[in-house]
Amino acid sequence: MLMIISLDQLPVGESGIVTVIDAHGLTRRRLLDLGLVPGTVVKTIRKSPAGDPIAYLIRGSIVALRVNDSKQISIKPFSEVAINE
Amino acid sequence: MRLADNYEKNGDLIVTTLYDYARRIANQVTVVKDQGRDWDQLIDDLVTSKYFGYPLMFLLLGVVFWITIVGANCPSQLLSDLFFWFEGQLTFVFQLVQAPEWLYGLLVLGVYRGLSWVVSVMLPPMAIFFPLFTLLEDLGYLPRVAFNLDHLFKRSGAHGKMSLTMSMGFGCNAAGVIAARIIESPRERLIAILTNNFVPCNGRFPGLIAMSSMFMAVGISMASSSLVSALVVASIVITGIMITLAISWLLSRTLLKGESSSFTLELPPYRKPQVITVLIRSFFDRTIFVLWRAVKVAAPAGALIWFLANITVGEYSFIAYLADFLDPLGRIMGLDGVILLAFILGLPANEIVIPIMVMTYLSEGAMIELDSLSAFRQLLLDQGWTWLTALNFMLFSLLHFPCGTTLLTIKKETGSKKWTILAAVLPTIVGIIVCTVIAWIVG
Amino acid sequence: MSDYLISLAGNPNTGKSTVFNRLTGLKQHTGNWPGKTVLQAWGFYRYQNEQYTLVDLPGTYSLLAHSPEEQVARDFICFGQPDATVVVVDATSLERNLNLVLQVLEITSQVVVCLNLVDEAKRKNIQVNAAKLGDELGVPVVETVARRGIGLKELQEQIHLLVHGKIKTNPLKIHYPPELENKISDLIKQLHYLPESLNKRWVALRLLEGDQSILRGIQEVTRLAFS
Ligand SMILES: Nc1nc2c(ncn2[C@@H]2O[C@H](COP(=O)(O)OP(=O)(O)OP(=O)(O)O)[C@@H](O)[C@H]2O)c(=O)[nH]1
Ligand SMILES: [Mg+2]
Repeated sequence: MLMIISLDQLPVGESGIVTVIDAHGLTRRRLLDLGLVPGTVVKTIRKSPAGDPIAYLIRGSIVALRVNDSKQISIKPFSEVAINE
Repeated sequence: MRLADNYEKNGDLIVTTLYDYARRIANQVTVVKDQGRDWDQLIDDLVTSKYFGYPLMFLLLGVVFWITIVGANCPSQLLSDLFFWFEGQLTFVFQLVQAPEWLYGLLVLGVYRGLSWVVSVMLPPMAIFFPLFTLLEDLGYLPRVAFNLDHLFKRSGAHGKMSLTMSMGFGCNAAGVIAARIIESPRERLIAILTNNFVPCNGRFPGLIAMSSMFMAVGISMASSSLVSALVVASIVITGIMITLAISWLLSRTLLKGESSSFTLELPPYRKPQVITVLIRSFFDRTIFVLWRAVKVAAPAGALIWFLANITVGEYSFIAYLADFLDPLGRIMGLDGVILLAFILGLPANEIVIPIMVMTYLSEGAMIELDSLSAFRQLLLDQGWTWLTALNFMLFSLLHFPCGTTLLTIKKETGSKKWTILAAVLPTIVGIIVCTVIAWIVG
Repeated sequence: MSDYLISLAGNPNTGKSTVFNRLTGLKQHTGNWPGKTVLQAWGFYRYQNEQYTLVDLPGTYSLLAHSPEEQVARDFICFGQPDATVVVVDATSLERNLNLVLQVLEITSQVVVCLNLVDEAKRKNIQVNAAKLGDELGVPVVETVARRGIGLKELQEQIHLLVHGKIKTNPLKIHYPPELENKISDLIKQLHYLPESLNKRWVALRLLEGDQSILRGIQEVTRLAFS
């Protein structure tokens, strides 16, 4: 079985593919506009000192998301993909 | 419900399709060779690190002020020497043409002397501080500060974009208030507007720096005293930020109830600042601008104050009467009546608070021979100033009603008298409480 | 009176205000800080004896969402009826920037792409083929280093050619999946009452994703058109 985790769980330095975006309304739009659509590759770059927000590499730019928001994004980590294929 | 679902599905399809095109085209026209070493990441590892992130922010702020204070010392002295030499020449001319005593008092002792202190005390720190701050901004450090501090904004129920409106406030609070337009939720927008004044603007920095370098850390060796002064100014700024967060927290639990809304923050690559352009721009656009505002208002104010000081109502001069009236409150706050009067008369612009204060003190007849910058400090000492007065002056400068321009902007942006009044009353109350408590603890 | 109205759009922090300042000689605040420009700023420049009004818009990632900055930028491009729109693009992150370019191309064909920050791209070993990009998008693409003023003369020239109709653009058409295309063509038929100046396909797209604010904008435009 493939493991799906929420984006805030993706450890620093790891990448994954967005599967589902469960945010709605304005938040959803904002995430989509940054290029976070199902199929997008995302890499966790760093956490802020308090652990929230977390910065991700999304389509060539570094964008910080709050944990509230990144919780709503499901992601398939690459390491898992490799193990299961 | 179904309609909304449909909208969402359509929207997803649209965005996904657009990004598919974007990716295809980007891949076709771009060639990426070896990326080399990523310095940005190394710097970010440090400035956002769990342990060094916050101390570094404080240190950097401290270093900026330290360079300002150390660097401003010598030019300030030179400027004031120059001005006082010229005052001698002026006096000579006045004597030569046998000008009436009152005219000499008004023009030379009132206007000219006040102005020359303002320029020699305010100009050098501004000319150093503004470019340094602009360089940090150009480098790309500010978004990192926002990244480090965001969770505090979130917890206090404020919008993440408030770090941007606040950093605009460092330039000018009116601009910060206008910048709050980028915050969509009316609740969070109001919080940003009401708290913007807690970051000191261009017009207040020179005063903070001057007071700190004159009164904090006296009696310590020269080198370490400027360090202490710098840390004091940095702490004042941090205090402002903490009060911003506290008031935001309070507002989001009382008048403006609600949670912080979602927010994304881009961390741009660091960019090498254009040093020369920054130097020139910040000198002309900010330093000269602020100085000109101070001079423009301070000159007529100097004349007015000289008159007020020389018109007597009964036993007292008019100005002494006003200052005496405010004196009890001032004393409770560890200040005095003249200082409070200066803040009130300084409503049009924060730049003129110190000039008004100095001119009022001068008009009260402390006409000792003042021929150097240390005399500025002496003048204040003669009026009973201590390090506590200076500290509370800095705190009240940070925590009092916004300037007239900012208030008008708030009125325009909120369209409400009620919020405008609150924006003036809130910081003033905080200031009175903070100053009183500190004066009480120390005294 | 100005002869032409030109708007400057683009993602945040791509150098719009820098281009604006260079061309108009004004001093809009710039800074390495996405979202630095909050309001639109107006300025002028002369080129070949004609006067151009340039509008510096706030940076946005898209023209779809409804944040205030995006609204300002979107409303200006749609309803401000500029003679041309310059989209300033960050050469180091083309993919995300192109998303916005494509959205602008859906509204108007009067577009010049200003491929900025090419010095930074070079430093990062990223090479962008501007000519090929122009072919793909069907609009002129000008490489610039706005901070040093490089390429801005060429940008002015391309704007000049465009507003005089001396270049015909052929903007890339986005084809959506059939299910969506069907809905679009159905909806367009019902939009016949809209004024000519509005792009019906674009309005249909916005309506399909439930954009409320677009209706308000249209109402205003139609009111103006009929009064
Ligand atoms: N290296 C380099 N830096 C540039 C260039 N153009 C602009 N910059 C820098 O990029 C940063 C952003 O420039 P701005 O002009 O403020 O960007 P903007 O698009 O107006 O940004 P927003 O108003 O936030 O949307 C500034 O630090 C500029 O000095 C360029 O061609 N090369
Ligand atoms: Mg800008």
